Amino acid sequence: MINMKRRTFLKGSVAASAVGAAMGAGLLTPRMVLAAWPTAAFEAKTVDSALDALMGSHALEGSDKISIRAPDIAENGAVVPVSVTTTIAGTESISIIAEKNSAPLTASFMLGKGAEGFVSTRIKMGKTSSVIAVVKAGGKMYSTGKEVKVTIGGCGG
Amino acid sequence: MASIKIRAKLEGDVTTVKALIQHPMDTGQVKDKKTGKLIPAHFIQEVNCEHNGNKVMTALWGPAVSKNPYLSFKFKGAKVGDTLKINWVDNKGESDAVETQVS
Amino acid sequence: MKKLLTIIATLGMVSAASVAVQAGPQQDLAEFRAYFKDRFPDVPFNDYINGVYAVDQASREQWESIEEFPPYELNIDKGKKLFTTPFKNGKTYASCFPNNGIGIKQNYPYYDTKAGKLVTLEGAINACREANGEEPLGWEKGAIADISAYMAYTSRGNKIAIKVPADEGALAAYERGKQHFYAKRGQLNMSCADCHQYNAGNRVRADILSPALGHPTHFPVYRSKWGGLGTIHRRYGGCNKQVRAKPYKPQSAEYASLEYFETYMSNGLESNGPGARK
Repeated sequence: MINMKRRTFLKGSVAASAVGAAMGAGLLTPRMVLAAWPTAAFEAKTVDSALDALMGSHALEGSDKISIRAPDIAENGAVVPVSVTTTIAGTESISIIAEKNSAPLTASFMLGKGAEGFVSTRIKMGKTSSVIAVVKAGGKMYSTGKEVKVTIGGCGG
Repeated sequence: MASIKIRAKLEGDVTTVKALIQHPMDTGQVKDKKTGKLIPAHFIQEVNCEHNGNKVMTALWGPAVSKNPYLSFKFKGAKVGDTLKINWVDNKGESDAVETQVS
Repeated sequence: MKKLLTIIATLGMVSAASVAVQAGPQQDLAEFRAYFKDRFPDVPFNDYINGVYAVDQASREQWESIEEFPPYELNIDKGKKLFTTPFKNGKTYASCFPNNGIGIKQNYPYYDTKAGKLVTLEGAINACREANGEEPLGWEKGAIADISAYMAYTSRGNKIAIKVPADEGALAAYERGKQHFYAKRGQLNMSCADCHQYNAGNRVRADILSPALGHPTHFPVYRSKWGGLGTIHRRYGGCNKQVRAKPYKPQSAEYASLEYFETYMSNGLESNGPGARK
């Protein structure tokens, strides 16, 4: 039986030989390819429904052991640098949510053995909104938020 | 294909990994100015990092991650010279992978 | 004695005349720098290479986050590959440039007195292509910006050193650029100077205006707004459009002159490209 995922790879713009080499080297195991992407969570239109879809619940406990580094006023809403640091023991995942985005869940980082409670990335924000960091640890979800203003600039071009 | 640039630096017992990936991260909601048609969604859905056979981090991304996305995370347990493997897969099934050494 | 004094007086007049030819750009430069020093007394001279981030702390922090791993690094890699790949005839870009094209961006644009025209870096890149039987590249983005980014990267740290020789054509080009910078244009009837000199550091809506001192040092530039890299002429076109003026074509004599003037005004600052901006 043909592996349908493999066929999709070969259609993609990535050179088939590169993919082949990567697969041969065990870099792209079928397990990695078929990891289920949580469509419902990423398409959910509200924070609560996104968390329900991703984690099975939206019960959040505020925590001061999570800190978000993000600008007060984003220079450009298309590229907002966000870093989340947490000292909560046993952190399993850190998720970044832009409350007022049409689909609030932007990214979720699952931390394996040895990983520290820190992630950093750059996200798109459609408008001024709270950026919420959700940390899953020991079966519970903790969160904190920070408002990031997104403005209309004057210098397009 | 070289769409991934990584830097993995060990300081003390913590390795900080920084990656920059070339990818349009199209949301599917933007119109092409010339044709007036929507540019289809084309974004990375998953990024994995492996160290010595252990999955250190898996990132699940939506289209709201910025174009030419950046990622950084930290982990313990690596030595200088250890190999890290990073790969990404996007919603079209395209992918890329790269290996680097912890420095 | 009288004869001696007459000779000395004559010599004095002659040297004064040649100084007058040079006084234009040099004097403009001194006044330009003095304006910004007075306007932003706490900003060290070389910090102007960071543009708006030299005068605004909040956006500077965001920029520093981006600079931890700036997106233009991908363009530098592409540019290096393009720069070192031979043309169909076997030659490379290195053969067209002084020092094999490495570490030279701080000298562009320059006025070629023999040919009687300005030479910009992008102009030279395409001239090199055409001299070697290749098609020229588009002026605003893509491959030309990547090559320019690589060349800029190899020039980082070199001090901008634009020359305006005592040549009629060079001075005319310089003056044309200066004229463009200070002339009001467009429906909004604004000049480059209105925003980037007289209102540098002030806001236009939510954006903070960058000082013109140091402007060309960080080109080509990766703008978050563009989601990619672009050349300085691309930005000039955008700026003209923003004041609702009809833009000139990239690499037109008008924009080449403006680039010449602007870059001369940044003499002494470190070349800093490619840059990352909003």
